[in-house]
Amino acid sequence: MTMTQEEKEKDVSRNACKLCTPFGACLAFKGVTGSMTLLHGSQGCATYIRRYMISHFREPIDIASSNFTEDTAIFGGQKNFGTAVENVIRQYSPALIGIATTCLSETIGDDIKMLVHMFKKDTEVENLPEIVHVSTPSYNGTHSDGYYSTIRAISDTLVEKTGFCTDNVNVFPGMVSPADLRYLREIISSFNDNYVFFPDYADTLDGPSWDEYRPIPEGGEKIENIRSAGDSAGTIELFSCLDDKNSAGKLLEDKFGVANYRIGMPIGIRKTDAFIDALERITGSHAPAWLSAERGRLVDSYIDAHKYIFGKKAVVFGDEDMVVGITSLLSEIGITTVAAVSGGKSGKLESEIKRNNDASCDKAMIMDNSDFEDMAEAIEKLKPDLLIGNSKGYMLARKLKIPLVRTGFPVHDRFGGARIQHVGYRGTQQLFDRIVNAIIEKRQKDGDWGYTYM
Amino acid sequence: MSEKKEIDPKAALDEILSKYPPKVARKRAKQMVINEVGENEQVPQITANVRTVPGIITMRGCCYAGCKGVVLGPTRDIINITHGPIGCAYYSWLTRRNQTKPKSEEDDQFMTYAFSTDMEDSEIIFGGEKKLAQAIQEAYDIFQPKAISVFSTCPVGLIGDDIHQVCKSMKEKLGINVFGFSCEGYKGVSQSAGHHIANNQLFKHVIGNNEDKPEGKYKFNLLGEYNIGGDAFVIEELLERCGITLISTFSGNSTITSMEMAHHADLNGVMCHRSINYVAEMIEQKYGVPWIKTNFIGPESTSKSLRKIAQFFGDQELIDKVEQVIAEEMDKLIPVRDAIRERCLGKTAMLFVGGSRAHHYQELFNSIGMNTLAAGYEFAHRDDYEGRKVLPSIKVDADSRNIEELEVEPDPVLYNPRKSPEEMEKLAAAGVPFKEYQGMMPDMKNETLVIDDANEWETEKLIEIYKPDIYCAGIKEKYGIQKHGIPCKQLHSYDYGGPYAGYEGAINFFKEIDRLVNANIWRHVKAPWMKDTSPTLEATYNA
Ligand code: SF4
Ligand code: SF4
Repeated sequence: MTMTQEEKEKDVSRNACKLCTPFGACLAFKGVTGSMTLLHGSQGCATYIRRYMISHFREPIDIASSNFTEDTAIFGGQKNFGTAVENVIRQYSPALIGIATTCLSETIGDDIKMLVHMFKKDTEVENLPEIVHVSTPSYNGTHSDGYYSTIRAISDTLVEKTGFCTDNVNVFPGMVSPADLRYLREIISSFNDNYVFFPDYADTLDGPSWDEYRPIPEGGEKIENIRSAGDSAGTIELFSCLDDKNSAGKLLEDKFGVANYRIGMPIGIRKTDAFIDALERITGSHAPAWLSAERGRLVDSYIDAHKYIFGKKAVVFGDEDMVVGITSLLSEIGITTVAAVSGGKSGKLESEIKRNNDASCDKAMIMDNSDFEDMAEAIEKLKPDLLIGNSKGYMLARKLKIPLVRTGFPVHDRFGGARIQHVGYRGTQQLFDRIVNAIIEKRQKDGDWGYTYM
Repeated sequence: MSEKKEIDPKAALDEILSKYPPKVARKRAKQMVINEVGENEQVPQITANVRTVPGIITMRGCCYAGCKGVVLGPTRDIINITHGPIGCAYYSWLTRRNQTKPKSEEDDQFMTYAFSTDMEDSEIIFGGEKKLAQAIQEAYDIFQPKAISVFSTCPVGLIGDDIHQVCKSMKEKLGINVFGFSCEGYKGVSQSAGHHIANNQLFKHVIGNNEDKPEGKYKFNLLGEYNIGGDAFVIEELLERCGITLISTFSGNSTITSMEMAHHADLNGVMCHRSINYVAEMIEQKYGVPWIKTNFIGPESTSKSLRKIAQFFGDQELIDKVEQVIAEEMDKLIPVRDAIRERCLGKTAMLFVGGSRAHHYQELFNSIGMNTLAAGYEFAHRDDYEGRKVLPSIKVDADSRNIEELEVEPDPVLYNPRKSPEEMEKLAAAGVPFKEYQGMMPDMKNETLVIDDANEWETEKLIEIYKPDIYCAGIKEKYGIQKHGIPCKQLHSYDYGGPYAGYEGAINFFKEIDRLVNANIWRHVKAPWMKDTSPTLEATYNA
């Protein structure tokens, strides 16, 4: 049962369940060592996006803008562009400048490729950083699209083929938390010392206290590593709700013959198994014992908690890839997904949910391109026991008096958004425990007895 | 307390400027001055309200943010539709922590909603007027609000949608107030342009719409108070205890009806001069309601403001009541203040925020013995720094010229000057000056730094050079500052705290600052085994 925007015939968006395209670009650029992002457009977008990211990550996040004013909006942004890039280089000495467009420069139709070319030709700055440009008009896509196309743009600009084939693996993670990224790196490095893993904003967006000022926080995948991605034996994409034209994995396959494994977000046992399986196949190494042990403990806990959660009904919402992953987990543990909702519009949400699930999801309402009010109306009669998604679902949870298990982005009404885990056996374990406990807590609170033994 | 060595402000500025290319340095130098207060509150000239240099990370937001986010955001029963792609609406969705209190459960409360036309490709190409009209219709069908307003974001201005025409025809069709704001983000140089546009449209489409004369002996409007963290609630309560009738607030805890009645008040108090002085001026021109500068941040200012209002109405009963309230409140405040003062005395603060807060909050720090080393605004104009006396000498540049200045005539029927020129002169001589704001700089010590539109780099340098005990800014700056081991107090959203207005708020603020500047956690930044080594942390980022 899928509803699309057309069928709903709705023009006003009330409480959106998506962010704008350049947001995703800013996030992805944060995952490369020494990179700085410049939004080509007016300054408000950069300010808003910084503000929003910071409210979740609680880290300093610098995003520059080419500061369009009214006359720039009329005559085009070439001059502002050059000044902005030069100033960014001077202040930050970045290794890479990521340039994303806003709706304004896209509507004007600034040709960034040409602007970059002109800049390189005219500038007196020596030792230019890498410049990667990605087109991110928000009237065409969501933050997820911005994220995926930025991975692709970085790959397209940086990756080379040396002709030397390796058993290295490329892994592109989805929009997960810094804690997730840290763990994914741990997993991948246990298969092979050499790999390419980006965007990795684990440290740039969840860093320690400093004893000295750094213009750009440490962390991220190194540019030299990224360059070598064309020599790898395979690519794993940990997301699947995207078009081939936005896919870096597909690009590397077409350009350099690197096989692409599109796994999706590894939440739950089956999807993590698929990820580990792909790692084994590409690297030729076996999963380490500790991973098997983590898996074993997770299965064991599924069995232990079954009595608390079986037959419960959940509404899952957020970014499409995370929704797909979480519904897959729910079907493993006996919770029924009654609705799966996203503001995303890749067109893949339903097929991906179906592909990753057994029949338990058959009756679920699957709604893409939807906002929170669509969701509120749709689930009125479904009587869910819990919501799983980001902080924006709080108002609905409050109204329905059911728990909200916070996942994904943005989580700005709880502490530690950067440390919420979702992926792999260990992340699933964390998420699973939180889901189970949310249900137990609700039961405990609502019960007449005040049992301390649940 | 850490020992503070004397710092030469000139050397500090030179050091900050030295990293800029010559052109940028010349521009920035004019926006950074060393304060010196002369006779008649003469202060050095500062350049403000000019463009930010591209590529420099500014604290500023856009025109849309100033219009929708700041001025119109806090009114609970207007449906605000953002016309544009989704991001702008999403990012301005209740992020300012304005609070509101509907009178009853049935009252409209739309502030938790973010409405947007969520423009797509086809509208960018073929125009979005049709979608906008449908969105207004839908919002009306679902909620039947009293009013709907529309805000244009950047692309809308370029594709040329005539939102005002759409609003006009929908207004006729629906029979409710529908009006629009052409507040595209690229207009002006900061939020400030958006404030002005918001003021204009409120004046044209809202103020004066309601002819029901409200009851009340001393009728007052509070302009430029946005109820962050519940500030307006505190002020409302204070005014009520004094017997002053608050007709409307622009726009904390407000409703459209209250704003429609604003012209019935007899006095306007301007809190945030930057964001709302236009409305104050226009109400005076059209209806004859005078305005004075009021400020309810800090106990001294709060008392002064209450006294000014009482003096304006000139009733002994009111004057006595105000004195009684002040005395009661100060009795509660003084012991708390004095205890905290002992722990904070001599500590230092920097404030870089907004268009009035960097000024207003200095008094709170003074009260507990802390010194302001440097301050500046994000989006203020020269008059907010140097005082309104410089208004005639401010050059209007291209960016400001694009913002409409309304021509306002006295209303043929409703114009009614509340005081004669002679009475006003007398009041002014007695300490109730009208249309006057003396700005931030005359209140600051000599040799302190005043910096307009301070950016990331300058913030870092200031902290490095001065090592203040606390730095006040917004959430974007907060975590960078705290990486240096210096606490940052957010003065936009109040760090989820507040209220800080009035006496009760001042007590909250003192406690908060005490907690921040005397916290222990900063001692743990280095582990015991890291203390003696000085690891080389210089990273090079050359590919
Ligand atoms: S204009 Fe576009 S890029 Fe800027 S905030 Fe709005 S949606 Fe995002
Ligand atoms: S697009 Fe324009 S209106 Fe929207 S956030 Fe960016 S600068 Fe502001």
